Amino acid sequence: MSGPAAVPRLEDIQSILATDCGSTTTKAILVERRYGVYRLIARGEAPTTVEAPFEDVTCGVLNAVREVEELAGRRLLDGDVILTPMQQGAGVDLYVTTSSAGGGLQMMVSGLVLQMTGESAQRAALGAGAIVMDVVALNDGRRPHERIQLLRQLRPDMVLLSGGTDGGDVRRVAELAELLVAAGPTARLGAGYELPVVYAGNQDAAGVVRDLIEPHAAVKVVANLRPALERENLRPARDAIHELFMQHVMAHAPGYRRLMSWTPVPVMPTPAAVGRMIEWLARRDHLSVLGVDIGGATTDVFSVFPGAGGEPSFHRTVSANLGMSYSIANVMAEAGLENILRWVPFPVEESELRNRIRNKMVRPTSIPQTLEDLLIEQAIAREALRLAFEQHRALAVELKGVQQERTISDALRQSGGGASVVDLLELGLIVGSGGVLSHAPRRVQAALMMVDAFLPEGLTLLAVDSIFMTPQLGVLSTVHEQAASEVFEHDCLVRLGAVLAPIGTGRPGQACVTVEVSGPDMAPVSRRVAFGEMALLPLPPASAFGRVSAVPERGFDLGAGRGRPVSARIPGGSMGLIVDARGRRPFELPAGAAGIERLRSWHRSLALYPREI
Amino acid sequence: MAHAYTPGLRVTASAILRRERRLPLKGHVLVKVGDAVGPHDVVARTDLPGNVQTINLASRLDVDPANVVQILRKRVGSDVRTGELLAETQGLFGFARRSVLAPADGFIESVSSVTGQLVLREPATPVEVSAYVRGAVVQVLPDEGVIVEARGALLQGIFGVGGETWGAIAMAVDAPDAELAPGRLRPEHRGHVVVGGAFVTHDALMRARELGVAAVVVGGLDDLDLRRLLGHDLGVAITGSENLGLTLVLTEGFGNIRMSDRAWDLLRARAGRLASVSGATQIRAGVLRPEVLIPDPDAGPAPADSGARTELALGSLVRVIRTPWFGRVGEVVELPSELRRLETEAMVRVLVVAFPEDGERVLVPRANVEIIGG
Repeated sequence: MSGPAAVPRLEDIQSILATDCGSTTTKAILVERRYGVYRLIARGEAPTTVEAPFEDVTCGVLNAVREVEELAGRRLLDGDVILTPMQQGAGVDLYVTTSSAGGGLQMMVSGLVLQMTGESAQRAALGAGAIVMDVVALNDGRRPHERIQLLRQLRPDMVLLSGGTDGGDVRRVAELAELLVAAGPTARLGAGYELPVVYAGNQDAAGVVRDLIEPHAAVKVVANLRPALERENLRPARDAIHELFMQHVMAHAPGYRRLMSWTPVPVMPTPAAVGRMIEWLARRDHLSVLGVDIGGATTDVFSVFPGAGGEPSFHRTVSANLGMSYSIANVMAEAGLENILRWVPFPVEESELRNRIRNKMVRPTSIPQTLEDLLIEQAIAREALRLAFEQHRALAVELKGVQQERTISDALRQSGGGASVVDLLELGLIVGSGGVLSHAPRRVQAALMMVDAFLPEGLTLLAVDSIFMTPQLGVLSTVHEQAASEVFEHDCLVRLGAVLAPIGTGRPGQACVTVEVSGPDMAPVSRRVAFGEMALLPLPPASAFGRVSAVPERGFDLGAGRGRPVSARIPGGSMGLIVDARGRRPFELPAGAAGIERLRSWHRSLALYPREI
Repeated sequence: MAHAYTPGLRVTASAILRRERRLPLKGHVLVKVGDAVGPHDVVARTDLPGNVQTINLASRLDVDPANVVQILRKRVGSDVRTGELLAETQGLFGFARRSVLAPADGFIESVSSVTGQLVLREPATPVEVSAYVRGAVVQVLPDEGVIVEARGALLQGIFGVGGETWGAIAMAVDAPDAELAPGRLRPEHRGHVVVGGAFVTHDALMRARELGVAAVVVGGLDDLDLRRLLGHDLGVAITGSENLGLTLVLTEGFGNIRMSDRAWDLLRARAGRLASVSGATQIRAGVLRPEVLIPDPDAGPAPADSGARTELALGSLVRVIRTPWFGRVGEVVELPSELRRLETEAMVRVLVVAFPEDGERVLVPRANVEIIGG
């Protein structure tokens, strides 16, 4: 079947259909231009159908689109095909999609030195939206046959081979290529196609590497991702990964050939699309932003913080086995039950909790029906988010971005284990996405899950993706930035408000901070909050701005120094301002019965749930 | 109604059971199309390449990589034994000779004049693939394996551990809601596929292993007992390669859950028959479910749609798959189209289920039921 040949002229686009084929659910949105502005019209979802008995991703897409048809009250499909362009009120002008179904893009990367080219290669793959299964390097501590065994067992979708600076030693890079050839790794999907290999290392070795690998795999040579020690150039490798993702991996996943024929825009890996929107938001609002997308199988964390030269630097990590359905049992295994239970304000039998978690794992699409079940699920989410954030902090070290200049001393400092660029006091905005956050029945629940997991310090804005459509807008932004940004601002980003958290510790009940909030159409509010307590203060609506002024007691710091007041004009939000005086550095939760009573009191203060449990 | 459906697991009396039996690498196929095979028959064989050892001759002997070929004492492609001389430098006037000996048995696969690296391949390991299912070879995949086909019953479980095995089916309990206690297992169950009811304990699994039971098929198991069985908490649900001494298939899930009547009746009606069982499960992309295959040459033709039922309708028989009615089976009596508010305050699509035991009618999210018939 031949698909749409090209993207229509932007001014001709009235109606856009965008889907995200997630590992569990396929989400479809219909966007239309109304009175000159692009807005969300309807959203539908259906289970993803990459797996048996369907084994065709387009079934789930069509089911999700049929739901959109029902809700929007107009026809979008012609049988089992998306109708383009729009004619007489039926069909759409543009269809775009992202995908993380089928486990997303799973890659192996390699470099000569783990902390140098190995790390750069990992960042290139992560930035392209991949899950990095492992990093092979000549100093990774493994013996050669162990590396070969690993390459053979993991069956990646793609390999990124890097190593060496341009003009450097060819031999060591050739050694890596020889390792790859000796392992003879096969691709995960479909036995009938060659494993794609991107080579982005020392350009002097490109010929040797090509000669070695070409007889065994589909090799593509691009510019060195680390042309010099103090220079990183990730873009060519990222672009090649996207291209090969389409040509090889997607083309062999069940139903994707058909899906690709429906859209003139390359199918984008879901995390790459989300990252694009987070970067755009940070740049537009001049803020340090932390984004998190917690899915069924994986959790992605994105951050934009000032880099070495003061320019915003973007990082993305993916925690491949932390998620709320397929990977939920792994959250239990990695976090430990005691860490999950510290967020649950009632006693739970270990055996009962374990079985619940396992049953969610084997039936990943079920949802909490009782309040107790919701609280348990949100407790698990806190731990999944916390663990994913820890991994992000460990990987987001110093710089990087595309073509960012570094001095040799920077590079050497990094090789010694550079400091994380994530600075919780500098953090301006947290954006949450993914079912457990976007679908939390009360927005304050989503806010507190993020606060508990990330423990922001000082004053930090909080937002969620209203109905989990950042991925679709990310891919849309590659061809129609205006439509993507208008829908993002009006229909996607829900500004919840903010959290104010003093750094410091004290005795429960001891004076901690006095906060004042004022804004248009609201009476000013002033509240003293004692150490160990939480409070929720009103803010103006999201469309207006309010002023937050806070005076910490001696020994507590809001970013201006201990005991020094802060004041800021911030956008309002539907939830308000959480004053979190539970302490930071360290943050400690009381254990046992006292812990349960403390959790209950915080839940009451924030009106977190409809009733107390 | 929108397309609310939940893919269920296949439990069918008559299906074409077709299993690909493929070697991990190319090798020799030992059977031909039309051959009748039993589960234990070896259908293909190969040698798995041995481990690779890399030895950098250039750096070990301090010679230019381009010259390593000249100092080799064995040709590329030749076999070597542990301790045998691989390469040697002459030194000055025969003094200060330096040499590299083979660290293992194997053969010299390659020597690179770019890196100076010698690749020594250790001896191969033989690998065999058995037919797994009693049936006939319907296709030969040249050099790779075969496809074995049989007609018979198929039961997919929801979770399993342990690899492929086979044996005659033995019912060890009287009812689908019974517990498989250790006392139910007897010496004559050795080599059998033992069917329990709703639940099996760790003690019973240990007893089964002690007796040499091939597989246990049961409704549910406590996760704590799974941890005891595996020796660790299972993180990512990819199973099938465990060496546990027996294979376990759960038909319903975790906890004490009555085995569905369909599964129970299917197994009970085939007691004594040979079944092939695999515990291999992958709960993520490319999902793989554990299975019980019961070949039966007399089984009728497979119905046109022998797959799991996927459309929810009034009268559908469903099982609730989440608390507070987890595991209960009932009939769909209402399918409201509008969203309803749950106790959690979430607005979701729901249905009303009537439970036959007490006639109780309850509201359940559509996402929380599994269609099992009707």
